[in-house]
Order: sequence, then structure tokens, then C-alpha cells
Amino acid sequence: MISALLTLTVLLTQDTTAGKVVYTKWCAGCHGDNGAGDGEAARYMLPHPRDFTGAIYQIRSTASGELPTDADLLRAVDQGLPGTAMPGWKTRLSDRERRDVVAYLKTFSTFFADTTIKPQPLQFGRAPGGGSGAEALRVGRQFYDSIGCRKCHGDQGRGDGPSAPTLKDDAGRPIFAADLTENWRFNGGETVADIYHRLRTGLDGTPMPSFSDLLEQKFLTEEQLWRLAQYVWSLSPAEPPVVRDVIRAPQVAGPLPRSPGDSAWSRIDSYWFPLVGQVIKKTRWFAPAVSGVWVQAVHTRDSLALRVVWDDRSQSPDSAWLAHIGRVLGALASDDSASAPPLPPAQPGLWPDQLAVQFPLKIPEGMERPYFLMGNPSAPVYQWRWSSQGGALAGLARGVERFDPLAGGGTVGAQAVYDHGEWQVVLARALATADTAHELQVRTGRAIPVAFFAWDGSNGEQGTRMAVSTWYFLALDEPTPASVFISPVIAMALTLALGMLVVWRAQRPKQAVL
Amino acid sequence: MNRRLFSVIGGALVLTVCSPKDDGAARAAPATPTPSEETQAGGTITGKIKFTGARPTNPRIDMSEEVACKNKYPAPPTAETVVVNANGTLANVFVYVKAGLPAGATYPAPATPVLLDQNGCRYHPHVFGIQVGQPLNIKNSDPVLHNIKAKAVKNRPFNVSQPNVTTTPTVRTFAQPEVMVSLECNVHGWMNAFLGVLPHPFYSVTGTDGSFSIKGLPPGTYTIEAWHEKYGTQTATVTVTGTETKTSDLTFAAR
Repeated sequence: MISALLTLTVLLTQDTTAGKVVYTKWCAGCHGDNGAGDGEAARYMLPHPRDFTGAIYQIRSTASGELPTDADLLRAVDQGLPGTAMPGWKTRLSDRERRDVVAYLKTFSTFFADTTIKPQPLQFGRAPGGGSGAEALRVGRQFYDSIGCRKCHGDQGRGDGPSAPTLKDDAGRPIFAADLTENWRFNGGETVADIYHRLRTGLDGTPMPSFSDLLEQKFLTEEQLWRLAQYVWSLSPAEPPVVRDVIRAPQVAGPLPRSPGDSAWSRIDSYWFPLVGQVIKKTRWFAPAVSGVWVQAVHTRDSLALRVVWDDRSQSPDSAWLAHIGRVLGALASDDSASAPPLPPAQPGLWPDQLAVQFPLKIPEGMERPYFLMGNPSAPVYQWRWSSQGGALAGLARGVERFDPLAGGGTVGAQAVYDHGEWQVVLARALATADTAHELQVRTGRAIPVAFFAWDGSNGEQGTRMAVSTWYFLALDEPTPASVFISPVIAMALTLALGMLVVWRAQRPKQAVL
Repeated sequence: MNRRLFSVIGGALVLTVCSPKDDGAARAAPATPTPSEETQAGGTITGKIKFTGARPTNPRIDMSEEVACKNKYPAPPTAETVVVNANGTLANVFVYVKAGLPAGATYPAPATPVLLDQNGCRYHPHVFGIQVGQPLNIKNSDPVLHNIKAKAVKNRPFNVSQPNVTTTPTVRTFAQPEVMVSLECNVHGWMNAFLGVLPHPFYSVTGTDGSFSIKGLPPGTYTIEAWHEKYGTQTATVTVTGTETKTSDLTFAAR
């Protein structure tokens, strides 16, 4: 008995000692040497890295307030937390290393040392069938409304509910209600079961409560709560979006769709591009609110239109978000470095939402493209800049700090609609313009580099504090030459004529031979 | 027999204080929740919590987003951060025995629950106490979603939801002493309350007259602490020798 205890003790010690080595090497940079979530990199992260000292974990299989099980912790280590800076470690660390590090991070909190607390996973059951059917989704939506999801997540689920601007985590830092239409960014996973588990357990440390008590209180049944999970799941695309490098712009015969609501857009392919924080040029930005844009393109004989759609929790400027802006700017370290004097902390302001679509000045002949981050003084880029405070301008960017609008704002037109947490902006221009020196001359059948930038003013984004993409391509379909339509007709006519000739020859009286 | 009777009366008092018929929504300061009255015999420490300096103005709460709550008030409600009474005393101060109880003494948790009500998108009471292990019954009198997040540090925290008027309360207990646990609703950022969790029944919360009273103390020298959500803490040392009542006033200054 005693020897068994000794062995157990030794094993546990080994676990945590080995775990500390792994932790120090891979985890401490963000989570801090003492597990308080205060590592060197933590100052540049929103949401902040987990503070292990309070043993409060978002993603658990246990009731709200309970400790997580070891399996819960291992899952977070293995799979990471999508939508945050936490990567999955399953392929980077060995099984043993991951188990050791879980054992070690439990030592940061005295709660785990209390053996009277035994975390028990909740009994979740299974999702009832027919989850994608209309009736299931109707029931799900009914409970989405009746248990108040929309208060934070919004009527259409884009995280734009009336309480969204006020949300804070336990440490008082700003936190977004999840955008339920982007389930690939759900911290605890995107499946129906994952969503159901989060409804049951809540996300401790965040404003998201547990709804388990409602089952005991007979406010709703387990099946109804599963229906809600199925409804939430249905708000996202069935598969996470895949990045395709080339936006294909078909040519349409009708008028160019210049309004975001034009039905022509429903027949055009949509392409998704991820955006990330601008962390290259000062002031850098580590907490972009716009995670990606959906882009459609179409052209007529003489004009081009792009529809860019993205989720944004606020129609900026909106004073309801001013306190949130202050919290965001306060939660992130000022952008200092050893070699330069620190910049003054940014003051919150009421900024608009913005979008920039960027092209080179001329379609490049080879692989050479201007610098993706808005060119530089000697090699500018051509941009369309749209702002929620008034229309679009065409101009030249000469690096992130300098944008020179063209005389008269260039020739780009814009129409925009904001609806329940989503911007839809259509930008349109003639393929050829008069100012050939400063405006890209768009041609069909060529790969035209294009990049996207977005600002959420109500997240403190302005100037260099923005979300950026890399270069992608836009390709306008070649107009179909008339020969494409005529050749098959001629070919068929010729075949028919030849056939007729053969038949006529074969049926001809054979007198001549005799 | 007497003990049991007292306990029933005590429970009834708690329930009365927080009963839904009480138009708590429009009340400036909640009445004092009464700890278990089992310990009436013994000494009493009483006093007033005075307030000096300029009275701060509590910000108005904009409830336009929750019409059901807004309609419960004749005039726009304000936050309850600093409630100064007409007699110049301070309400919502949690006064408790911090040290001095006999070593090894234990005080069983009362079975009578403490009630926390969400009414008019505010918590009633705003400041209150509970014993370790004593049930906290949480009810919702508003036809709107509230979540109740207990941001405990020494205890396990929790975050549960009540989407509508409750028929069954949500019940939670606390395992460790903790002064104070802050409670908040994230749907309504202005809603907050503070809960003192103690291993004994010797606590009191000041009400509309700013007075506190801690009864049933055995002879001894006690450190009492007064806690206020904005002004922090004040302490005093009081010696109780028998069944007398000792008075100890404390003062918080505006800052």
C-alpha cells in the first residue's frame, strides 16, 4: 500500500516536473511563468491567454462553476481554441508531453489540490434526429428568442445584440458575443454537440451562462435545447469557407448590379478571404474585429462591380460602443519597442467603418506586384476606399500612412447596406477610364492582383489599426467571340451537307456506269 | 423549542423582507437582511455607519432596452453605488465580525435560504450576507433574460441564466468564506450585487437608517469590519463582556 502510494507520488511528481519543462518552453510566452495569463505576448492578445490560477475554464464538460476534467483540459491543448490565438498542440507535442503539461498547469490553482472537488462531466445525451428539418429549426428559433440569445448574439446571430457593446470577461476586458454565423471560429468547436455542450455548461469566465438549470426547472426540455443547438449550427455554412485564390468575374448581358440587394448577385459565386491584424507597421493592431470578407465580382462589356460582404457587430460610428473602444484600447499594450519612444496611448474616438479594395496601378506583366501592405512611396497602389460616413473614393496609397484621393474622388461608385451585423458594399467602375496614369485600366482575361482591408470603427480601428489580407487575383471572363457561336453551326451544316451528298450519290441511278 | 421557534421567525423575516409583494423595484435601499436569530442570547454590537463629505450623484440607468423593467419605475432609476440616507448615514454597508470568535467554534448553516430577487432589472438586496453552506435562492421577477454571474475567487464561480419570471428558484451554495463575492448580470451591464459569505451568523447590512446590529455574541474582543463597494473597508475593535449592547459608529468619507 505504502509502496503503491510512493509510486503514485513519484509518477505525479514526474508528470509535473516534465510538464514544467514543456510549459516553460511552449506555453509560458503567453500564459506566463506562474500561469497567471501574463506572459510576454499576452499584452498583444484579445482575448487574453487563460489565467490558470483561478481554475476558471471556458470549455468544459462539467457544470458552470465546476472544475474541468483532465479530458477537458487535454482537449483544449490538443485542439486549441478556434477564433483565439491558442493553437492545437496535438501534432506538435507527444501524447506524454501533452498529458504532463496538463498535470503541470493544474498546479497553478489550489482548487485542483482540493481532492473533495471531483469534476463530473454532465450527461449530455444525443442530438435528436431531423435536426436540419424545418420543424426542428422552427423549434430551435423559438427558444433562441425565448431564452434571450438575441440579447447578446443578435437577431440574426452575428453577435450584434443590444447588450453586445457592454460585454466584459471576468477580468473586465472587452469580449465579443460569438458571431453564430461563423462556427469555424467557435472557441469550443463547431458541431451541434459542441454547441449543445456550451449551452449546458456555459463558458465560465465570460458572460455566456449555463442553461442547465432550465431543464430541471422545466422551462424547456433536453430535446428543445438540442433543437436550439441545431438551429445555431444552421446559421453557419455547412462547411467552413475555403480560400480560393482567384475571384472569377463572369460577364453578364444585363445591366451591372450596382445595388447590394440586386437579385443578380444571387447567381454569382462568392469567394471568402481571411483578414488578420496589421502587425507590421506602427501603430500595429492585434485585435481586428473583421475576420474575413466575402467577395463577388461581375462585369458587363464596359463596367465592373464588386460586392464585398462582411460581418461587423456595429454600424459605426455608434456612441453605444464608445466604452467598448476604450476597453479595447486599454486592454492592449501600447505599441512600444526598445528602439523607439513609446507612442502615446490611443484615445477612444467615434470612427466609421471602412473598407479598402486594392489593385496595382497597372496589370503586372510578370509575377512582380507592389508591396501588399498599401505599396510604398515609390511604388504606389490603386485603391477604392469606402467609409460608412460617406461613399467611396479612388486614390493612390503610398504605404499605410498615406492615401491620396484622385481629383474628384476618381470614378468609383458605391452603394452600401448595413443589416443585423452585416455590411454589404457594392463598388463599381468603368473598365477603362480617362485617367490612365492614376487609375488601373481593367482588362478581361488577365489575372489582376487584388487585396482587401477593413476597419471596424467601433472596435477602435482607424488608420493603421486595421485588418488586412494578402494579394489575391481577380479575373474577368473574356467576352465570348462571335466565332465561338458560329463555328458549331457551320460545322453542323457542313456535316449535314456532306451526309446528304453521300446519300444522294448512293441512291443515284447507276446507268452511267453501264 | 425556543430555538426552533426563533429560527422559524427568522426565516419568515428573511422571506418577508424579500417577498415579491414588496415593491422593491422602486426602493432606494434594500432593507437589512436578517441573519439567523438563533444566537439572540449574548452581547450585541450596534452602531451607525456615518458618511461625511459631498454626496456623490449616482448615474441614471438607461433601461430603454428593457421596457418591462423600465415600466416598473415612476422615475428613471439610478445606480446604487453610494446610497446616502436622509440622516447622513450610509446604506448598503456590510458589517461583520472579522476576528475574535472563539477558536474552534462552528456555526451550522441555517436551512433557511437567503433570497436574491431580480426585479426591475436590479438585484434585491444589493448588498447581503450568507453563511457557508446556506442555500442562496435566486429568483427572477422580470419577464426578461437575466444571467447571474457570481465572480467568486475563493469559491467556485458560476454563471447561470433565468430567461423569464421564475416559478422555481435556482439554488446555489458557497463552500468557503469570501468577503465579498460580486454578482453581475451581463445582459444588463448596470446590474450588480455583493454577497458576503461567512462561516458564522455575525453580520449585518445597513439600511435606510444606516444602522447595523450584530447580536448573540459570546464574551470576547472582536474586530468588526465595515465594507462598502466604493469606499472600501473600516475596522473597529469592540469588547463584549456579557449580554450588554456596545455601540461602535464608523465613518466613511467621500472621495
